Amino acid sequence: MTTTARIRVDHVTRIEGHGNIVVNVTDGVVEKCEWQVPEAPRFFEAMVRGRHYSEVARITSRICGICSVGHTLASVKATENALGIEVSEQSWKLRELLKHAENVDSHVLHVNILVAPDLLGAPSVFPLVATHGDVVARALRLKRLAHEWGSLIGGRTTHPTTIVPGGVAAVPTDKELAALKAQMVAAVPDLEATLETVKALAPNVPAFDRPTEYLALSNDAKYALYDGQVQSLLPDGTKQRYPVADYKRVTNEYVVPQSTAKYTRNKLSSYAAGALARFNNNFDLLGPEAKKVAQDLGLQPICTNPYMNTVAQVVEIVESVYGALRLIDELLDAGLKLEPLVEPTKYGSGAGATEVPRGILFHEYGYDTEGMCLGGNCIIPTNQNHASIQDDFDKLVPELVAQDKSEKEMELALEMLVRSYDPCVSCSTHYVDVKFVR
Amino acid sequence: MSKPKVAFFDFTCCEGCQIEFTNYGDVAFLELLKHVDVVEFREAMSEKTTDPIDIAFVEGSFSRESDRARLESVRKRANVVIAYGQCATTAGINALKNHQKDYKEFVYGDDAAQPNLDSQKALPISAAIKVDYMAFGCPVNKYEVLQIVAHLLHGKEPVIPNYPVCVECKRRETVCRFDEGDHCMGQVARAGCAAPCPAGGIPCEACRGFVDQPNLRALEKVLVERAGFSQQRAVEKALMFTANSLEATR
Repeated sequence: MTTTARIRVDHVTRIEGHGNIVVNVTDGVVEKCEWQVPEAPRFFEAMVRGRHYSEVARITSRICGICSVGHTLASVKATENALGIEVSEQSWKLRELLKHAENVDSHVLHVNILVAPDLLGAPSVFPLVATHGDVVARALRLKRLAHEWGSLIGGRTTHPTTIVPGGVAAVPTDKELAALKAQMVAAVPDLEATLETVKALAPNVPAFDRPTEYLALSNDAKYALYDGQVQSLLPDGTKQRYPVADYKRVTNEYVVPQSTAKYTRNKLSSYAAGALARFNNNFDLLGPEAKKVAQDLGLQPICTNPYMNTVAQVVEIVESVYGALRLIDELLDAGLKLEPLVEPTKYGSGAGATEVPRGILFHEYGYDTEGMCLGGNCIIPTNQNHASIQDDFDKLVPELVAQDKSEKEMELALEMLVRSYDPCVSCSTHYVDVKFVR
Repeated sequence: MSKPKVAFFDFTCCEGCQIEFTNYGDVAFLELLKHVDVVEFREAMSEKTTDPIDIAFVEGSFSRESDRARLESVRKRANVVIAYGQCATTAGINALKNHQKDYKEFVYGDDAAQPNLDSQKALPISAAIKVDYMAFGCPVNKYEVLQIVAHLLHGKEPVIPNYPVCVECKRRETVCRFDEGDHCMGQVARAGCAAPCPAGGIPCEACRGFVDQPNLRALEKVLVERAGFSQQRAVEKALMFTANSLEATR
């Protein structure tokens, strides 16, 4: 217990956005241990004021380049609730199909490009092109599939064009959708090879446990991604559901004394959102293919190791591919047609939620009688995971010290922990720009 | 000859334009890596370099004085600086707050006076450093980016369109949004995106900014007369991605 470490990682790499790690340990005593967020604030909630309801999602999509599909969906759902709009079954299914594409797209990127280098002892994917060329090419093929899949439904994957309040503004033809299905079926061998690689690397995932509260959307019909109620799961298995409209009662944003960063909490000192939170909440509703993969990878609910979030993402890739194949069959059976957008029936305020790759996302807006926006509120998954990352740090650092880990090993373990949350820090609404005093 | 060294840097933005760089698919991406060495790219790699850089892609707006030094260090190390995406070229969506005075109070309430929340007007990076080329768009057109890189590798000057998006809609035979009972800004918006928005059933929001010397009076007139906008909405329509250009034009 004589460890002395001075860790200062300015701008953790291989995450989306900017976050810092500061840890000081002297003779085995942890003096400082912080996860900091120096991202530039952007003020989206103020920027939507005075914009027409048809423009709002196109603005708030720009909160995040990686989850722009999810932001668009949460935004149009909130606007539709505010305006009394109910979309058609076809629109609902197309949006679910797009949501699956985003999950696969983002998870493939995170698992293969951002996390895998840690498990293979490389600083990034670029040296792996020479040493593991087939793995990289396979990852890029899957990434391309998800991108083309999302683009067919959403127009494009970064800031989608077709998703608007009232429905879907442009729909693919039956032929295009059938071609997508064929492309997905053809990708199954790549998917299976990826699962083998992950299985081989799974023992490299660090062992660490911290039971906490897990928050995710949930519904009784299927593994919730596009829609559901808010569900809390405690480590003892207790579940509670809340309507999305009550999101503020669940997120309870607060300011901590030593900083001004807004944190969230519900029943415990923090809660976790993301793939592992969804898996823990909704395991029973996974399809048979994803359940089998979870079993193969040794992932069981309730899993309390935050590093396993990456493995939960792999399970979700499988769930989304097979879930999408089922949706495509339903859409093709009904036949696709361009539908007129549903018009507003009232003007008021409303909230919407969807699961983005990194966790549960809330948007809320109010509108005047001309359909112009009065203001908005967005609560972002990484924002909700901020306190959870800090709580993990507080438990992990003393454990690493007790294990006599070197400074380098501790630094890597902390960076890997941050990465496992797949944080998306540029989702900067509600993030206060924090500078801690060293 | 060794391969040109390429690096990515990000400031105030959503990092979606960097994500576009991962969307080329296996074939184009692996081919690209045969021609350039990616030496720094925080979002995707842990490696860093202090060596000179041949091409620096800089994403995001200049919205905090504290970012000036980092921008200047990128400029000092890079032979060519490309403003990568609309936040970097004109400040894009970030500039939407520039015409508001109370944005901090609205979002952060009582905490708004914190010095760490400092956020000045959102400006293009050219307000802090010299920029050699512009990759417009929110997000960038990834194929245009390939064109720019290919031109630079061959010692040619990249050609960036200075005609309106309407040209591209005509080229791909998209029915005009006005004929669909909608509105559009394609008449004055800078092309180069291949007009995906009108083809996707939504108006062009001029996310690549305006062509040089746009006729904004005519835009407002069309929005009022053909789309039934109020005069105020017609004037404010162009604030979304082009607030800074609008200010410069008026």
